[in-house]
Amino acid sequence: MAAPKREENQGWMDRRFPARRLWQDHLANYYVPKNLNVWYLFGSLALLMLVNQVLTGIWLTMSYDPSAEGAFASIQYIMRDVEWGWLIRHLHTTGASALFIVMYLHMFRGLLYGSYKAPRELVWIFGMALYLVLMAEAFMGYLLPWGQMSYWGAQVITSLFSAIPGIGPGLAEWVRGDYLVSGVTLNRFFALHVIALPLVILLLVVLHIVALHEVGSNNPEGIEIREHTDAEGRPLDGIAFHPYYTLKDLVGVAVFLFVFCGVVFYFPEGGGFFIEAPNYAPADPFTTPEHIAPVWYFTPFYAILRAVNFSLLGLDARFLGVVFMAGAIAVLFVLPWLDRSPARSMRYKGWASKAMLGLFVVSFVALGVLGILPSTPVRTHLAQLFTATYFAYFLLMPFYTRWEKTRPVPERVVGR
Amino acid sequence: MADHGINKARRRFLVGATSVIGAVGVVGAAVPFVAAGKPSARARAAGAPVQADISKLRPGQRMTVEWRGRPVWIIRRTPEMIARIQALSPAALADPDSRQPQQPAYAQGKLRSRRPDIGVLVGLCTHFGCSPLYRPEPDAAEPKGDDWPGGFYCPCHSSRFDLAGRVYTNMPAPTNLEVPPYRFLSDAIIEVGEDGELG
Amino acid sequence: MKRWMLVLWLLLMPLVALGSDARSVSPDLNDKASLQRGLKFYVNYCLGCHTLEYQRYSRTAADLDIPQALMEEHLVFSSAQAFDDPMVNALKEEEAQQWWGVRPPDLTLATKHRGVDWVYAYLLGFYEDPSRPLGVNNILVESVAMPNVLEPLQGVQVMGCPQGASRVLSRPEECRELALARPGLLSPAEFEQAVFDITNFLAYVSEPSRLKAQGVAPGVMIFVFVFGVMAYLLKREYWRDVR
Repeated sequence: MAAPKREENQGWMDRRFPARRLWQDHLANYYVPKNLNVWYLFGSLALLMLVNQVLTGIWLTMSYDPSAEGAFASIQYIMRDVEWGWLIRHLHTTGASALFIVMYLHMFRGLLYGSYKAPRELVWIFGMALYLVLMAEAFMGYLLPWGQMSYWGAQVITSLFSAIPGIGPGLAEWVRGDYLVSGVTLNRFFALHVIALPLVILLLVVLHIVALHEVGSNNPEGIEIREHTDAEGRPLDGIAFHPYYTLKDLVGVAVFLFVFCGVVFYFPEGGGFFIEAPNYAPADPFTTPEHIAPVWYFTPFYAILRAVNFSLLGLDARFLGVVFMAGAIAVLFVLPWLDRSPARSMRYKGWASKAMLGLFVVSFVALGVLGILPSTPVRTHLAQLFTATYFAYFLLMPFYTRWEKTRPVPERVVGR
Repeated sequence: MADHGINKARRRFLVGATSVIGAVGVVGAAVPFVAAGKPSARARAAGAPVQADISKLRPGQRMTVEWRGRPVWIIRRTPEMIARIQALSPAALADPDSRQPQQPAYAQGKLRSRRPDIGVLVGLCTHFGCSPLYRPEPDAAEPKGDDWPGGFYCPCHSSRFDLAGRVYTNMPAPTNLEVPPYRFLSDAIIEVGEDGELG
Repeated sequence: MKRWMLVLWLLLMPLVALGSDARSVSPDLNDKASLQRGLKFYVNYCLGCHTLEYQRYSRTAADLDIPQALMEEHLVFSSAQAFDDPMVNALKEEEAQQWWGVRPPDLTLATKHRGVDWVYAYLLGFYEDPSRPLGVNNILVESVAMPNVLEPLQGVQVMGCPQGASRVLSRPEECRELALARPGLLSPAEFEQAVFDITNFLAYVSEPSRLKAQGVAPGVMIFVFVFGVMAYLLKREYWRDVR
């Protein structure tokens, strides 16, 4: 009698909640190419950092005061008076930068191995939406300390809306809820940062992963492993996500955490990149700091915005800058349809694709550096050049991916 | 993925060891988050000991000071009040000798105070936290009853306490009123929240 | 694995390398004696005008190993202030406006905002300038509003061309060198030490948790390392399956 009873107990759960099925479908029986390399860690790490942001964020919210009068002081309250508050805050500030670092590496992996190509267009698009919402999340979070850089950064970025012809000025005031950035703006950014956008982000993470698990992971070779399966339908070149990749990711997590903790404990300001020095002075609407630069993860797009100092087609330079900046992000969404190459992975694409990807990386990094530095005429010209090459990578892709000679992609994964 | 050649003992050991270390790590990471719930330095500064000048407190009178957001009563008891406390039958009281940990060690006994004439009590009923009324006269109109020797009466659920804060038997309140830590900085200055001897 | 670590390391290196300058002072938060001297100077010479509104006396005393009684007797001047209170002063906004035209800024975060080097150089950078209302100017802040409160200790500096150089031949930017004209109570070396102590103290005040962070860090790092080694052994064991 005893044995059947236990089985009944297991069935009780299974009939009511698909815990076992979820475990099977997404971990133990989810087959992943056996040749994934180190570039494939960054997705898990991004998830880890997102969890870090949510947890530390909840704790910060407990002691933070979202008012223009109290915000700045409440950060110091967290840093000094709340037990371990300094650690929780530094985990959050460092975590924001770390999330963008791993996210950029994760996105580069997608470019490198063609992870955006059919049938993974939706995985890519959900990912890009996630990136866009996370940028909004980070931007709004940056206002909360209510320091000089918070204030003036928000002032500049919300002014972007006023560049839109016609509705612009009204729109910018609507976004701020005031004529300039004020306590009202702080309150609504706080609400969006701690409730609204995190909900959207969690939804997008689910969509991103569900879409991925529907089509399966790509791999460095760009081979579709589901085309060759054994009698039970398991990919011959696949291995179960658990335990093989859970354990591999665990090693990656440990290495990552080692570096991450090093920064959190020893260099939480990240040399002035993770926490900028002007932000140690409270927001002052009457004094602009000498040099405003957004946090490093926004600077490539900020450089594009500043690079546009010319009018075109009757559009003034200010609006055109916003158009270029928005375009630089929007173009990422249509990437799956720009790439006409028969091969997915850079390993089998031609020299033109390789050169253009290299040029793109150089452009992106260069724009990032230029966005940090104060602008000079020479730097503006450089930013214009790199803006051109940034867009060239995408807009010329339909041509060079079709013209170049690719190598034939093998049917099966050889070695690992 | 053949099963042969697998060292099961080694696997089991590694899984166990890594799990244990991982669990220790999770617990360790939780420590700052749990500790962050403690009162902050600001809360502790606000809850620092408070001093009260009792030189103007006349016999039989009560004054209230705020300590950690709670009312703390200081009563100057007359010799008659002290006599009444000591005359009370132990059978009428739930904890006549203050054995429950509701007071510092120096405030045990019948009078529950450092000095017989000065009583210090947290003014919150031990039932559900209402603030009892001060009814020192034996013939008070409220609470009604012949055996009322003067003391504290909680209007919420009718709990009764004597002038040393001791609860009567068969009352909703389970224990005597709390005595906070306190000390005398001088004859006239009392410090609530600090019970160490002056150095 | 190695490649990956290299990538991360290369990403982080430039951040670590930044901030080292030719003329830089590096705070030494383990030098409690220096921090205590800095606190003493700060309370005596600076606190009257410049608050440390986010720093409590009690926290300072605890971190700098100063007994409460000593701190209350010698370093908490106003009887209106309690040991647990922030280190503020009784300066009124209107008075400050009247005397200097600005309110002296709070300095809790000065070394974060301006940098340690800046604070150090600023305190050493006062010189005699009769054209200014208070008779002093600062090499870092043109038309500085603050008097040189450390003048009794430092003496009076004047700005001029380097020694031996001819005023006629020198370019104007070269003639911005400070020299001690009238000595103060301290020798130049002693004074530089005093200014370092103040800067060091302000560096401590800007992030009092820094010492604790550095204390916790090695344990955390070693733990993560050990965990990583175990995880790697475990991963390698399971990956034997994959041929």
